[in-house]
Amino acid sequence: MSTLDDKSEETVEQVETTKSTGKEQKNGSWGIVLIFFVIGLVGSLAVGWWIFPKLLYSQKKQPIDFNHVIHVAAVEEGCESCHFFREDGSFSGVPKLAQCVDCHEEVMGEDPNEAKFVEEYVAKGNEVPWLVYSRQPDCVFFSHAVHVKMGKVDCVTCHGHIGESTHSRVYEENRLTGYSRDIWGKNIAGLKKNTWDRMKMDDCAECHAENKAVPKIVETLPWPISWMPRPYEKPASSQIKVHIEKDACFVCHK
Amino acid sequence: MKVCRRSFLSLIIGGAAGTALSPLPLKLMDDSSIWTQMWPWTPVPEDGEVSHVDSICTLCPGGCGITVRKVRSMIGDRAIKIEGMKGHPVNDGGICVLGLSGLQLLYGPTRVKTPLKRAGARGEGRWEKISWDEAIAEVVKKLGELREKGKSHTVACISGTDSGTTAHLLGRFLTVYGSPNFIRIPSIQDSYELTTYLMQGVQASVGFDVENSDFVLSFGSGLIEGWGSPVRMIKANSMWKERGKVVQIESRLSNTAAKADKWVAINPGTEAALALGIANVIIQESLYHNDFVNNYSSGFEEFKQIVLNEFSPDDVSEITGVSASTIESLAKSFAGASKPLAVCGRGQGETPGSLNEFMAVHALNALVGNINKKGGVCAVPYPDYIKWPEVEMDRTAANGMHKGRIDGAGSKKYPDTRYLLDRLPDAINSGEKYPIEALFVAGANPVYTIPDTKAVKEAFNRVPFVVSFSSYMDETAENADLILPNHVFLERYEDVPTPVGLQKPIIGLSKPVVKPQFNTKHLGDVILLMAKSFGGRIAEAFPWDSYEACLKKTLGNKWDGLVNNGFWADSNFRPAAWEGAFNTPSGKFEFVNKGRAESIKIEGDEQAYPLILMPYDSMRLASGFIGAPPFAIKTVEDTALKGKDIVVEINPKTTRGFVEGGYAILSTPKGQAKVRVHYFDGIMPGIVAIPRGLGHTAYDEYLADKGINFNELIGPVEDPVSGLNAAWGIRAKLIRA
Repeated sequence: MSTLDDKSEETVEQVETTKSTGKEQKNGSWGIVLIFFVIGLVGSLAVGWWIFPKLLYSQKKQPIDFNHVIHVAAVEEGCESCHFFREDGSFSGVPKLAQCVDCHEEVMGEDPNEAKFVEEYVAKGNEVPWLVYSRQPDCVFFSHAVHVKMGKVDCVTCHGHIGESTHSRVYEENRLTGYSRDIWGKNIAGLKKNTWDRMKMDDCAECHAENKAVPKIVETLPWPISWMPRPYEKPASSQIKVHIEKDACFVCHK
Repeated sequence: MKVCRRSFLSLIIGGAAGTALSPLPLKLMDDSSIWTQMWPWTPVPEDGEVSHVDSICTLCPGGCGITVRKVRSMIGDRAIKIEGMKGHPVNDGGICVLGLSGLQLLYGPTRVKTPLKRAGARGEGRWEKISWDEAIAEVVKKLGELREKGKSHTVACISGTDSGTTAHLLGRFLTVYGSPNFIRIPSIQDSYELTTYLMQGVQASVGFDVENSDFVLSFGSGLIEGWGSPVRMIKANSMWKERGKVVQIESRLSNTAAKADKWVAINPGTEAALALGIANVIIQESLYHNDFVNNYSSGFEEFKQIVLNEFSPDDVSEITGVSASTIESLAKSFAGASKPLAVCGRGQGETPGSLNEFMAVHALNALVGNINKKGGVCAVPYPDYIKWPEVEMDRTAANGMHKGRIDGAGSKKYPDTRYLLDRLPDAINSGEKYPIEALFVAGANPVYTIPDTKAVKEAFNRVPFVVSFSSYMDETAENADLILPNHVFLERYEDVPTPVGLQKPIIGLSKPVVKPQFNTKHLGDVILLMAKSFGGRIAEAFPWDSYEACLKKTLGNKWDGLVNNGFWADSNFRPAAWEGAFNTPSGKFEFVNKGRAESIKIEGDEQAYPLILMPYDSMRLASGFIGAPPFAIKTVEDTALKGKDIVVEINPKTTRGFVEGGYAILSTPKGQAKVRVHYFDGIMPGIVAIPRGLGHTAYDEYLADKGINFNELIGPVEDPVSGLNAAWGIRAKLIRA
């Protein structure tokens, strides 16, 4: 019996020990599973927040390092000296060589960048292939005149304090879209602190909604338009007043 | 540590959770949607400074003002879009589908890029590139040989227009060289000019004050389908919706008919009789304009007798199929309107038509006294800014000029007609007068646009030397020996005097929008160079260094205004008052219409060909010398072109023997074609309607080999008075294929 009892005790003990080791093993494997979960989580977060932006954007240098501060100090009319409106109301945007040549026919200062500019571009008559931080896709219709002249929007509101820069920033080009990182914003999550941090459609819409920026006068053909409610008044000229309560898509997407 | 399946799944889940909590998915989605817009094959305009150039579109005789947007890019200026010019007297901001697609004619693949000399057989398509010097030398050599032999009159020139400096240079060159054979492409302009000449005694273009008219009686004119100046007519049509009425008399429910206030379906070809029937009621009921008829017209009594005796509403009803009561009500509302206007010329007006019909319709305008009045028809004098010294011909040239025209225009038979291109193929093929040894073609595509393509091609084959000035490899260029490509309209200067149908004289200036894209040369410059090579009297007749210099000098003090505004309009112009407006022997308006409104008999035997084939025009298809560009072709509806097959319309009452959309063989005395059949209640029973502007063999893959060219199925029918082509249809049969 005793032998039998011993045996049976042994068996119980054995069973218990096997049980306890099984539990330990199980706890251990869940730990590993958890570790893997954390590795996956942290890894993908790192990829998403840190590696992905690095891969997405290529770093490009402007052909010439441009100092806004020096230029703003040297000219009389501030931003508009170089970024002016043409007679027809269109905006000059990034200056063409023709404007630069007015002053930089020959090297004026001692900056090697200026010397390079005069030598490579002014002398040869080639336009500088500036990389434009604010370039929007072609499907966006944007008129500077409407925003600046009529809407009285400051340059800074959209372009930030670019006029206070002493060097050209690195131009980060989105490898997929070809546009500048400035459009989406430096913050990869798309969060912004300032109005100029991001220039996606929502940012345009935000300001449009706030200011009820609705076109009041629409240039159109001088005959009735099919979507106008009948009976329509015949417009006297080719400008008619159209009241649209909300911003329509075609305000920007012509 | 053992990595099990569970761990792996856990890693994936962790990764997924982390990814979801990172900006990656959203950002990637956003970027990929933008990426799809950046595919290299997606056409995106260049970035750069935008500018606009005001110019004139010369793709049709409409003379619309255009504003071309262009972008200055690294590689040069590129035209981006053509829009209507705001404030232009013709189109004021509007534009048609052909005008809109004009850039495809500038940048498209059908351009002739350099002078070409035929290397294979005619029409084989094998060409040798040559230089401009060689090309001009070749032409001059050939012309010189002919002139030496005293055969200068055997040179003929087909031109798309006879107005403007380029056409004048061309005409001047022919004259001083010694050929009377300058031939303009036919259109209703010929018939209208002749009508004005015979009834009013003036050589002028005919203007219609459509904007001010309040009742338009249209005898088959495609008012919104390209008749006259297309954009202007469409805009006028919108105005009539508000304050006017339009009655369309046509055998087919065209867009114009569908949009009209009243559509009168008429037996085809009997429009002249209907006009005289309406005149009958107007005279019978004394609804005519007493002052005009009594004091400023002649031959009214004779006209009245014929109209009263032979064109009673009942008689006319029998001929035209229009009920007598409709005729009466039409007459009353026409005469009762304050500014009525009657117009004619079928479809887009590319077939001159029967002179009888034009005179009958013009007589209606005279009866209601709207000649030279607001809302009426006026004779617009040709702008007279081209004041070059008379040419001095040498003996050879004078001899050549006395030989008489090959086409018979101005001959005893057709003394008042100026050009008869439709008679040219027959004149060449029959050899009745003299053979044509050299043929120039400028701004025209006769191999495609002239009826009876087979005869036209045969005539071309009989001419040993054909020179095309086409900018495109069109059907005529394909059948030429030498192509001296002109700049396209967006690359050249050109003055465009009063567009067809405009009621006031204007001059438009077509300007180069972009630099010539290829090794082409302005036709004007080519003429000057040719003249210089000849020397002697010929060179003396052209004292200008370049076409641009010639144009600048010719336009004189108008030049600056034209460059700035794009057009010059004579603001002081008023149509001549009735007193002194008519230059006929009687000094009055002549109701010379003898009233014999015999309908023009169309070709074909009624037994063998029980149906009548008639063409129709559409704004979506260019049927002139320019082929419809790809954008325009895309807009053509399924009931006109299905795949590569042309679709003809028949009334279900004609026959039920076809399957909708099924194939049939359409044959006429001139040829046959495989077509698809579309049942359409809007076409008169017994008639088959076929769209024009298809069936090109040249141009690009979008246009070539689609459908059939109507001109292959029809031949010209000579009008007995004018000699112009009056064919409005041809007998045909349609059998199931």
